[in-house]
Amino acid sequence: MADETLDASGLNCPLPILKTKKALSKMDTGKILDVISTDAGSVKDIDAFCNQTGNKLISTVEKDNKYVFTIEKA
Amino acid sequence: MSDNKKMTIIATKGTFDWAFPPFILASTGVAMDKKVTIFFTFYGLNLLLKDTSKLRVSPMGNPAMPMKLPFGPEWLQKIDFSPKIPNIFWSLPFTEHLATYLMKKTMKKNGVAKLDELRAICLEFDVKFIACEMTVDLFGYSKDDFIDGVEFAGAASYFDECDGSNHNLYM
Repeated sequence: MADETLDASGLNCPLPILKTKKALSKMDTGKILDVISTDAGSVKDIDAFCNQTGNKLISTVEKDNKYVFTIEKA
Repeated sequence: MSDNKKMTIIATKGTFDWAFPPFILASTGVAMDKKVTIFFTFYGLNLLLKDTSKLRVSPMGNPAMPMKLPFGPEWLQKIDFSPKIPNIFWSLPFTEHLATYLMKKTMKKNGVAKLDELRAICLEFDVKFIACEMTVDLFGYSKDDFIDGVEFAGAASYFDECDGSNHNLYM
């Protein structure tokens, strides 16, 4: 179960990443953030973002043209 | 890997469309833990003006620009008018306003960030904005024309920012 949820539906590159960064910066290490996005480009971008920032991408789930990314704050 | 954690951008273009790449890459760079500096020179200074509403996109001499309507029936939205409109049309008065209006509409429809919003995020993320002092003087700008948080300096300061950076982009 996520500690925080960010709904970035309807937003296009780079807003989902920028909003994810902002949301994570307010959270403590080990907390879980769910990001909801409709931007297909964010599938690769969230992965790259986590890869570069050390945050852990726990899962990516696609459902009804929406993507839910579960990220653990590093 | 401190070398990977710094980026500089030289922003040289001042049309509405080209205002986006520097702010998109700068804000994303900070989101990915890089320290980012943008050096604005020549027409790029436009991107630092308090009032960005006068920035325009011009289809004049720009055959690569797709021209599709952001509204109307779906079949109509699929048509690219770019090859159908002679370039001389875009020399007529107010056609740049029309093109800019349509581009803004299309961006809104696609969930693209507004220019001022992206710029504000860059400032919030501590992107360093440096305006080229020489071109500020050359174009007769006053420092009051620009937003707060801008430093005024020259090419040597840009190279100082490049020190230890391995992403140095010219736009």
